[in-house]
Amino acid sequence: MYRLRLFAIRHARTFEWIYKYVERGMVAMDPLFAKIGYNRVERPIALVEKGVKTLLFDCKMCGQCVLSSTGMSCPMNCPKQLRNGPCGGVRPGEFCEVKPDMKCVWALAWDGASRMRHGGDKIKEVLPPVEHTLKGSSSWLRVSREIAAQERDAMDAARETLAQAFPEARENEPSAAPLAAEPPNAVNQELKK
Amino acid sequence: MSDAHRSEVEPIGYVPVPEGYVSHSRLERVLRSGRFAVTAELNPPDSADPEDVFQAAQPLGEVADAINATDASGANCHMSSIGICALLTRAGYSPVYQISCRDRNRIAIQGDVLGAAALGVSNVLCLTGDGVGVGDQPGAKPVFDFDSLTLLRTIRTMRDQGKFLSGRKITRPPQLFLGAAENPCIPPYDWRPDRLAKKVEAGAEYIQTNYIYDIPLFEKFMARVRDAGLDKKVFIIAGVGPIASARAARWMRSNVPGIHIPDPVIERMEKVEKPAEEGKKICIELIQQIRDIAGVSGVHVMAYRREHVVSDIILESGALKGRKRARPS
Ligand code: SF4
Repeated sequence: MYRLRLFAIRHARTFEWIYKYVERGMVAMDPLFAKIGYNRVERPIALVEKGVKTLLFDCKMCGQCVLSSTGMSCPMNCPKQLRNGPCGGVRPGEFCEVKPDMKCVWALAWDGASRMRHGGDKIKEVLPPVEHTLKGSSSWLRVSREIAAQERDAMDAARETLAQAFPEARENEPSAAPLAAEPPNAVNQELKK
Repeated sequence: MSDAHRSEVEPIGYVPVPEGYVSHSRLERVLRSGRFAVTAELNPPDSADPEDVFQAAQPLGEVADAINATDASGANCHMSSIGICALLTRAGYSPVYQISCRDRNRIAIQGDVLGAAALGVSNVLCLTGDGVGVGDQPGAKPVFDFDSLTLLRTIRTMRDQGKFLSGRKITRPPQLFLGAAENPCIPPYDWRPDRLAKKVEAGAEYIQTNYIYDIPLFEKFMARVRDAGLDKKVFIIAGVGPIASARAARWMRSNVPGIHIPDPVIERMEKVEKPAEEGKKICIELIQQIRDIAGVSGVHVMAYRREHVVSDIILESGALKGRKRARPS
């Protein structure tokens, strides 16, 4: 809905905050998703995502959401589907060249980005062209899965050689296997001193 | 083909570019040597006759360092930009191959870039393109697979890494001087310099702007560009053009996307008896004012269907001041 879309941009900062927590929540659910199977949760999550985002942002389910880099203004609503800023035809009063009744998606985007904590930096990054094979898929799931994988890799990289040599043991008997670089606690803090 | 067509021959074939350059473009050489550059737009013919292109190019070639071949600008169908470029390079001119994202997808565009480079093109200008609705065939399917920035980045990848966007190797990468457009005089004014910075980040090495008729607005834009240090990173070529009449100006303002002509300019046109002459005069004055703005590296003259006046305008404005002109009779 156009009105709600404008509302979301005016409150871009709040949505940035909400998004951060939704993302953390989904990353935390990674082990669960992995157990059920990511391809099995894909459909239901994509449905929820579509419902919420269509209402709030007029989402077109491109499958590669960039809202946090575009001031919460969905660039797929730009009739030219530009991913990197306004075209050269914006009308006086910041109205769209192609749809004169609509505010230019990118003028709104820059406005929204300036209200966000990180939006102002993120909007300056050059985004790749839309990958049409991803259309309709859940970008929430893609993002959280990727972050979870990155975090796992980072943790693995920090483990000692001994730990890396016994990967199964960590899965089967996590507490018994002295494998990870331990998080700081009373004992190892003492040792360091 | 007369000898006049053979003034500025660029090498066709593979010659390594000199150090500090990215292409064999004459425009690049002029800009990097610190001279004030002049480019001009050629209006594409609605015909299949090469002579139409040569006729239009001749008066532009007298003064321009490069000639822009438009890509169905205003979404109107004309001879293609790559066709015009092929003719121009053959005749010894240095064209700017304009690529609009409106009509072709990434497969077609990347292929055309190689084709253009093989034909001897050394400048490209990456554009988003006007919406199809304003053109002569509003029922066409708008493509917009790329936007101007993804297009810039793609061609830069092809040139510098020798790869298509898919990662496939290009055995002989194109040697191209990369340009983009900017429109400083339309909203969102505050973000236009940021948008420019993004284009530089994406790969733009020179910028040709849309028509500038509002000098104070342009100066404001340039001040912010200088503050951000962008004038050191990219060559800015300001767009100008002679207006034919007050009526034409009004029509353009309301029908062509992205054109801002302030009322005082139109009023000035209304007051005079010979509006076409006045239009030329205004254009000359604009060039002189623009030349004095710090950070501007050249002018781009767009004279819609009036190529014959371009050389007068440039010579009278003194834009080529300091360059020697020898004309043995
Ligand atoms: S004016 Fe804005 S919303 Fe409309 S096509 Fe151009 S960039 Fe997209």
